Amino acid sequence: MRSTGTTGTPEDLGTVGAGLSALPAAAGWVKCDAMKLTPEPAVAGGTDDVSHLAADGQVSRRQLLDRLVVAGAGALAATVAAGGVIDVIAAAPAAAAPAATRRKFRYGMVIDTRRCVGCRACVVACKAENKTPPGVSYNVVVEQAEEDADDKPLFLAKPCFHCEQPPCVDVCPVSATFKRERDGIVVIDYDRCIGCRYCIAACPYGARTFDFGENYPAVAETTAYAAAPSAEYGQFRPRREEASPIGNVRKCTFCLHLQDENGRYDRASGRWPACAKTCTGHAIHFGDFNDRDSEVSQLLRERQAVRLKEELGTEPNVYYLF
Amino acid sequence: MDQRVRNLKRLFWGVGSVLFVVGLVGWYLRLAHGHLDANYGSIVTWGLWVSAYIYFIGLSAGSFLISSLVYVFNVKRFESIGRLSLFTAVVTLGMALLSIWVDLGHMERFWHVIRYPNFRSPMAWMIWLYGIYFVLLLAELWFVLRRDLVLVAAEGGRRGRLYRILTVGSRDTSEDRAARDAKVVRVLATVGVPIAIMFHGGVGTLFGVVAARPSWNSGLFPILFLLSALVSGGALLIVVSAIFQDGWRRNRDTILALGRLVLGLLLLDLLFQLSEILVTSYGQVPGHIAALKLMTGGPYWWVFWVWQLALGALVPVTLLASRTRTDPRWVSLAGLLIAVGFLGVRLNVVIPAFATEEIEGLASAVASRRMSAHYFPSVSEWLLTAGIVGLGLLLFGLGERLLPNDATTHLMPAVTPRSPKPTP
Repeated sequence: MRSTGTTGTPEDLGTVGAGLSALPAAAGWVKCDAMKLTPEPAVAGGTDDVSHLAADGQVSRRQLLDRLVVAGAGALAATVAAGGVIDVIAAAPAAAAPAATRRKFRYGMVIDTRRCVGCRACVVACKAENKTPPGVSYNVVVEQAEEDADDKPLFLAKPCFHCEQPPCVDVCPVSATFKRERDGIVVIDYDRCIGCRYCIAACPYGARTFDFGENYPAVAETTAYAAAPSAEYGQFRPRREEASPIGNVRKCTFCLHLQDENGRYDRASGRWPACAKTCTGHAIHFGDFNDRDSEVSQLLRERQAVRLKEELGTEPNVYYLF
Repeated sequence: MDQRVRNLKRLFWGVGSVLFVVGLVGWYLRLAHGHLDANYGSIVTWGLWVSAYIYFIGLSAGSFLISSLVYVFNVKRFESIGRLSLFTAVVTLGMALLSIWVDLGHMERFWHVIRYPNFRSPMAWMIWLYGIYFVLLLAELWFVLRRDLVLVAAEGGRRGRLYRILTVGSRDTSEDRAARDAKVVRVLATVGVPIAIMFHGGVGTLFGVVAARPSWNSGLFPILFLLSALVSGGALLIVVSAIFQDGWRRNRDTILALGRLVLGLLLLDLLFQLSEILVTSYGQVPGHIAALKLMTGGPYWWVFWVWQLALGALVPVTLLASRTRTDPRWVSLAGLLIAVGFLGVRLNVVIPAFATEEIEGLASAVASRRMSAHYFPSVSEWLLTAGIVGLGLLLFGLGERLLPNDATTHLMPAVTPRSPKPTP
């Protein structure tokens, strides 16, 4: 069965990534149907139907309002904080940043740690969806044991946070990693990345891993699974020695290869980030923060959400409920 | 030449050859297997090669800045090692660039830094400045050597033929031209000083700007890097002066003067490091002291206490401050200890900052050796690093032998031109 929905276009990577190789559509292999690799999502709220999304003009007006609020708050904060020069400088980029408003979508996650049982199905689903090799993990579940043995352990499913101010992007010497203008997803141009790993050093969340070229035994052998390339970025790169993404830094893409040509995900048809789709406890909620009616936006309004290491000013787009 | 100096030189060639040959295995493993044989992973993602790189680049910046004492500030005391220190800067820069080159995931894409520049990346700036620095170093060295090259080229013979190529068609041996060379050298060296400060301060900035790693994220970092460069570069020049150009007998005064300079710089460096450690540990902020705790009490505590502090600082400070400071042999030993000790300093800059988990539980979340907070360089990493050191030693030895050096100089263009006298 061929899946038509899994093919993104190279333009999805944004203008800077135009150099990415086009999808070798005529290649002889059978595209692996990503949908079949992960269980169907269990029924959830249904409040995140993207058809509720208002017309673009309306959205941008609302975004404009948000932006004014942010800018106003920034200015206020600067004034309140005794008006030091540093405060003004610090507030300036946030107030002037056009990216957040130009952006059509602001994809992110709200992860409910109280619903997470630590089964790691999301880790496996991510591995299957992106066919990541050993040592490369886009999503991990860290266990933070409590002091008291009787306490519940805390499980933290941790994808890339696709920060609003991503420190990894700034440090890249060759502009190989960048934040997409359309949806804010932080991506890597595998053909440009030189593998210096400065971004791994700069990421405060350990969200990036380096592809050393190792393979699982099933991939090393010439199995059918080995023959099917990863659908990542819709590029379907065959895994060959010394060829990208081997020797590159890799990271979570919110499974952007499952977006349609307009950049939308569709939960009903299973075109949804693999970790969120497979989560047995419905702990991982994915959606568009620009859409006020999305499940994630509602969760943010109704619950006390926390972002990790707020003090670094990275403004992650992944929130946690504790 | 003194027999003991000759023995030292023989030892130098022996060590260089052995390391170079051993390193060939490392080169083979790196080129054939990529990064598979390396022990760094995605948590400790920079290892021995990056540490070696900042070590070598520090040696280069340090010895260049000391050569500028001669070519910019006319310090007569160091005149006799002007060329030697310039050449040391060239060779150690080459070693540094090799070390960071093999560390890249895609070595063939190094030119992307020029093709796809990111002006917000300190690493990009650093690499561009290296490019300028490399060209400038070679140009300066050429102008320093030009007249000697031309004079010897005229004498013919095998050396003459080699020099004829190196002169690139230059024939002029007049005093006027020599004076002009000296002026060019002075301009190049003067321009080089801010560039060397920028790029090595830039290496410190590369680490210092990373807010995700609290042990790097300090305004002291770029300054510390500069100071460390001067200390380690000066210490290396002591060793080089003890072995080359008739060794520690001829260069006695220069070695003793360098010893005093290095002692002062080392004490200043220790003061800065102490300040950094005291301020960090006072707050006891868990994230801030994690790397410090690991450095001083982790599995590799001895790198800090024994290698870096005892052998790399306390013993040499004692040697340079007590009565032994008047004996060039003891001063040279102190220089060797400092030069080697700073590799420990570099390892402790890079690795503990990575070996502390950014998110608690990250290293145990996935069972993979690439997701481990524990790092010790693999055999192939050691071999390749040894190979780069060996290559550097051999190149340096060859250059010192083949190029006109300070001892056989016809002319010292740094200061006032003297009358040329041909040497056999």
